[in-house]
Amino acid sequence: MGRTAWVAARLLQMVPTVLLIGVAVFLLARLLPGDQVSAMLGDRASDATIARLHAQLGLDRSIGAQLLSFLGAAAHGDFGFSLSRRVPVMRLIAETLPVTLQLVAIATVLALAIALPLAFIAALNANRWPDIAIRAVFQIGLSSPVFYIALLLLTVFAAGLHWFPVGGYGDTPGAHFYHLFLPGLTLSLSFSAVVMRNLRAAILAVLTADYVDFARAKGLAARVVLLRHVLRNALIATVTLVGLHVGALLGGAVITETVFAVPGVGRLMIDSIFARDYPVIQALTLVLAVLVSLAFVLTDFVQMVLDPRVGR
Amino acid sequence: MRRMWSPALIVGLVLLGVVLVAAAVPGLLAPYDPLAFDFAHLTAPPSGLHPFGTDQFGRDILSRTIHAARVDLQIAVFCMIFPLLIGGSIGLLVGWQGGWIDALFGRLVDLVVTFPFLVLVIFFVAVLGPGLVNVYIAVACVGWVPYAKLMRAEVMVQKQADYVAAGRVLGYAMPRILLRHILPNACRPVLVYAVTDMALAILLGSSLGYLGLGAQPPIAEWGVLIADGKNFFTTAPWIALFPGVAIVLAGIGFSLTGDGLADLLRVKR
Repeated sequence: MGRTAWVAARLLQMVPTVLLIGVAVFLLARLLPGDQVSAMLGDRASDATIARLHAQLGLDRSIGAQLLSFLGAAAHGDFGFSLSRRVPVMRLIAETLPVTLQLVAIATVLALAIALPLAFIAALNANRWPDIAIRAVFQIGLSSPVFYIALLLLTVFAAGLHWFPVGGYGDTPGAHFYHLFLPGLTLSLSFSAVVMRNLRAAILAVLTADYVDFARAKGLAARVVLLRHVLRNALIATVTLVGLHVGALLGGAVITETVFAVPGVGRLMIDSIFARDYPVIQALTLVLAVLVSLAFVLTDFVQMVLDPRVGR
Repeated sequence: MRRMWSPALIVGLVLLGVVLVAAAVPGLLAPYDPLAFDFAHLTAPPSGLHPFGTDQFGRDILSRTIHAARVDLQIAVFCMIFPLLIGGSIGLLVGWQGGWIDALFGRLVDLVVTFPFLVLVIFFVAVLGPGLVNVYIAVACVGWVPYAKLMRAEVMVQKQADYVAAGRVLGYAMPRILLRHILPNACRPVLVYAVTDMALAILLGSSLGYLGLGAQPPIAEWGVLIADGKNFFTTAPWIALFPGVAIVLAGIGFSLTGDGLADLLRVKR
């Protein structure tokens, strides 16, 4: 199968998944106990007010009719109006999503930049002190909550040393990167621990593989063997890991953005919870799930490009 | 070969022991009442009187950190036990039955993994309202998937074993084979995963507490304590610093114990 056909087929497979995501988000919001409208209006609202808002939101129609109109509107990118901000939900998402995507991208790059060299050092010194020291530090990183790391970095590097701004997003692309660096570093630490662990194991496995023995036996320099054979194969495993981890990074972004006051989807989600802004929460959950399934497709594609054995 | 208790496992068990003792008898260890105000020592730095310092109301940080251990341990247990029971049962059933139930299960897992875990938990808490009980409900609804996958995979292996065929030949009823014979053989990886999962549960519970969605003040919970101290982090860092150290140590305790048990119990096939 050609690559274009493969991508087309894989994207087509996504349609039922995205549809199911939409149905799941809708049903969860409706079937869980608690009435959105009473929650929005508070205890003192009169029955007439509650009924009026019910009708205004279309909640008085049958659940099937509601589901169909929800899915139909969502397919056009229409998620209704934010209750607390009085603007279309889609506009809020369009404003905040690029910020979060940049944050996740910076975190991924930083995580790989940290994990790749350290994984090599650890694997080549397996069970000697550099390996043990690296693994111990990452064990601490893996056990530290994101918001705590965020507070520590914020206090030391932003409030204390004034190397970085304390929060916000900036106005120019350069300023965006400068503002997102500390949040990105925060988000990258626990992920780099996961990458380091897996990459170290992968390198150790590759080092004992027959083709590496063969490459050594035919007299290739150790550096060439490491770069051409070991690194390439270990990277394929890492690509999969990055793809599977996009969801965890988006979840971590919720916390990081809240601590650093970054105007992304995570902070919008937390603000919306306290404002009881259900349309926003519902739309964000849906959009993030669709993003993750897109990331899965992208991962498969990159894997196919890197590894000729996949997809043939 | 004799199996050795690795140093990492021993460190993990010691850390867990400290958390367990703090959770079991906080009153014996804590020098003060966690809610008592000491107006003579407001926002006092660590000293002989208050080893971890006090917050802006003069509450003793050491006592609050010790008392919070009980809440966070409760979070770790409840965020593990409900997903374990639900996921374990589903995995047992799906692995045994196979067929269309298994296919349906596969589709369900494909759907659930597209939702970022934390986002889905936050979504549930948003609909149900903040608070620890709702966090447990949310985690039970979302967190059963890895347990079900582990249990399913293990049951699929075990049901091929000769002892299952022997049980059938002897005419044992299906529930008896499943619960008395397959379950004890299949549950080991699930239980090892559960220990590691409790480290993640503490991180999740304290994060939700920090965001204001989990344990509600004045309950002393490590994440809530850090949220209390976050505005004083430059002027009085001890308020948030020490509860954070407690989270990290408890997290390391659970994950080292989990990893150590996994190595210790690994069956050579």
